[in-house]
Amino acid sequence: MTVFLFEGFDAVMLARIQFAFTVAFHFIFPAFTIGLASYLAVLNGLYLKSGDTKFLNLFKFWVKIFAITFAMGVVSGITMAYQFGTNWSVFSDRAGPVIGPLMAYEVLTAFFLEAGFLGIMLFGRDRVGPGLHMAACVLVAFGTALSATWILSVNSWMHTPQGFEIAANGQFVPVDWLEIMFNPSFPYRLAHTLTAAYLTTAFIVGGVGAWHLLRDHDHDRVHQGTRTMFSMAMWMAAIVAPLQILLGDLHGLNTLEYQPQKVMAMEGHYESHPEGAPLYLFGIPNEEEQRLDYAIGIPKASSLILKHDLNAPLDGLDTIPMEERPPVAIVFWSFRIMVGIGFLMLFVGLWSLWARFRKRLFTDRWLHRAALVMAPSGLVAVLAGWVTTEVGRQPYTIWGLMRTSESASPLDAPAVGASLMAFVIVYFFVFGAGVFYILRLMAAGPHVYEEGLAEADGPIRTAGITPAQQTQAHEREEGGISRNRAPEIDTKTNEDGEG
Amino acid sequence: MDVVPWLAYSWAFLLALAVFIYVVLDGFDLGLGILYPFYPEKRDRDLLMNTVAPVWDGNETWLVLGGGGLFAAFPVAYAILMPALYVPIIAMLLALVFRGVAFEFRWRTQRWLKYWDAAFIGGSLIAAFSQGIALGAMVQGVEIDGRAYGGGWWDWLTPFTLLCGAAVVVGYALLGATWLIMKTEGPVQDRARKLAWTFGIGTVLCIAAVSVITPFLDSVYYSRWFEMPGLLIAAPVPVAVAVILLLLFRSLNVHHHEYRPFILSLILFALCFIGLGISIFPDLIPPDLTILAAATPYNSQIFMFVGALVLLPLILGYTAYAYWVFRGKTSPDEGYH
Repeated sequence: MTVFLFEGFDAVMLARIQFAFTVAFHFIFPAFTIGLASYLAVLNGLYLKSGDTKFLNLFKFWVKIFAITFAMGVVSGITMAYQFGTNWSVFSDRAGPVIGPLMAYEVLTAFFLEAGFLGIMLFGRDRVGPGLHMAACVLVAFGTALSATWILSVNSWMHTPQGFEIAANGQFVPVDWLEIMFNPSFPYRLAHTLTAAYLTTAFIVGGVGAWHLLRDHDHDRVHQGTRTMFSMAMWMAAIVAPLQILLGDLHGLNTLEYQPQKVMAMEGHYESHPEGAPLYLFGIPNEEEQRLDYAIGIPKASSLILKHDLNAPLDGLDTIPMEERPPVAIVFWSFRIMVGIGFLMLFVGLWSLWARFRKRLFTDRWLHRAALVMAPSGLVAVLAGWVTTEVGRQPYTIWGLMRTSESASPLDAPAVGASLMAFVIVYFFVFGAGVFYILRLMAAGPHVYEEGLAEADGPIRTAGITPAQQTQAHEREEGGISRNRAPEIDTKTNEDGEG
Repeated sequence: MDVVPWLAYSWAFLLALAVFIYVVLDGFDLGLGILYPFYPEKRDRDLLMNTVAPVWDGNETWLVLGGGGLFAAFPVAYAILMPALYVPIIAMLLALVFRGVAFEFRWRTQRWLKYWDAAFIGGSLIAAFSQGIALGAMVQGVEIDGRAYGGGWWDWLTPFTLLCGAAVVVGYALLGATWLIMKTEGPVQDRARKLAWTFGIGTVLCIAAVSVITPFLDSVYYSRWFEMPGLLIAAPVPVAVAVILLLLFRSLNVHHHEYRPFILSLILFALCFIGLGISIFPDLIPPDLTILAAATPYNSQIFMFVGALVLLPLILGYTAYAYWVFRGKTSPDEGYH
């Protein structure tokens, strides 16, 4: 039935919606796991160094959340590896010689590293010993960041292409790989995105800490780990949020140099301002009339930010041919959402510094409430930022060289529409369930009495213990290996028996 | 800036290798999902899942390398195949979403356990079936128009592709069953032996059916198999398949053979894969796109080839290490959950 629903639609628009939907859903997970993988490596390192079990408890608490998020990232990521070919085959054919090898390097250097050592990170602590387990944690964290590096190089090349020539068959052919990889927008985009990922994780961790501080405030049963994670997250917020604003500014200046019309759309500058351009705080982009309605702005401030000169002239979209202008409204709004959240993050970070200075970090309930509300803010900001840069690249897939309308697969609208429907339904259902499980784990919090190597909140597992194994577990308990339960160690016994 | 034949053929070989590694590694993962209905007990199902929980992620990465490698070295082939196989590919991706998250979600709920079990079964089944269809659709030929796919979005659907879909499901189930013989013991292992028999016979029938039909799909296939010099290379393959099958069924009845059935199944898959290669080579997408015609210029292919030569042994090394860490029989209660 859905097949007929899309008869009248534009296949390219449906393909765009599908890519936007699948990539946005996908990026939510790595945006969180990039930071969380590093956080877990830090927690594990602190535990090994200090022997303080609160770090181990925190590690065990967050690693479960990491595993679920990572699995969702993997399965939604596989979709992306095929999304290029299924819906954007003309783009894939032409850009493949340049971006294909970079993406293959991402698979070879990063994906395998993450996946290969994830199993050891999750299941292997008892099997490989603390040193190798720590190495696995670091390699997984390194893999997540490396993966981001490659894919951002690809994405940046689509924004600021160089180091190629166009062959007779229409393909973009590499000439200089270093120029391709280190294209002009790549360093800025990489720094801005990785920092965003760390900030995203900091606010999620801080939000979870805040929730438990708020909930357990009156009961004096706050887990030691709760305070630790809240404190660590607020340090990150205080240090990284201002850094991120600086990086964002540099990224914006780079965009102004290479993609001026994107900045015009971000700023809402339909008109040129020869004597200093205003910074519009609010306005309603009017695409029909090509002007900003109800504009409220600070005179000359945009010139100050972008040119470091109050009176510097700034061109507007009126200098750009109509068929090369990006859609303004989406870019204008998404940019404001991102920047607004960035400053709210800075505010929370500074507030936490003040509270820390006043020794009120764990008692300032308004700070905890603010941190709780801000928990998902990083994800929103990251998505808003991507909408800004990607919609701002329109009408091109490869800036100035290949149009989006020329990039899509020769598919009928019903095919693209039906698959879009399927993705929407499956993603909301499956990832909705995943988010629910994550929130439930977060709400449960780290356990006060959790210690040793066994898990305290895996009741499902214990149901599977056979009487024989329970006896074994008892024996071990008497041996004093673990007070909780130690089913994980069973395998060793089995192995020994076999070997 | 020209296409260099040795490089293009090396790439084709590397890609084939990546796809083969994917097929056997994720083959037994997906096989476990297909075998889930034969293990209705929750305890057994926990165990089945735990035998692959630490490695399924890495196994699935080979699929990304297969897609990504095709995109990198032969982008025009990728651009033609993906729209041609649109429905099975999307079905496979969605199925992999369900079965992938089931690995985690299963442990997070009791009320919904049976639904995530169903997702694991359905996801594994549909993913395997779709992969078989995709393979069959490629073998039966893809219509090309210029540098793009020239057919409709249901062209892949034929009795032959459905047969290939079923063949892959049955074959994966055999891999899964022999994997279980290796990784489990007691009643679970006993049942795996029986299942390996059943799906082994199924695999024989499927291999026979696909082998009989394939040479008649296209006269080129016929000549590659039955005329000189192809015959010289092709003739030993069916003989070897017969020998391996014989050894496999014998081994299934020997109680102390725990690793051998799995290894023989892997060899069986390798032989089928070689047979497929004999049919298709030197095409990349039969009948009209050759490996050389689809290859990107030297500059593009060499860049990643050098990296692949260094990185693939490294990857195989630490993948082997991960398997080594989790070697031996799996305990039902292992995990971090």
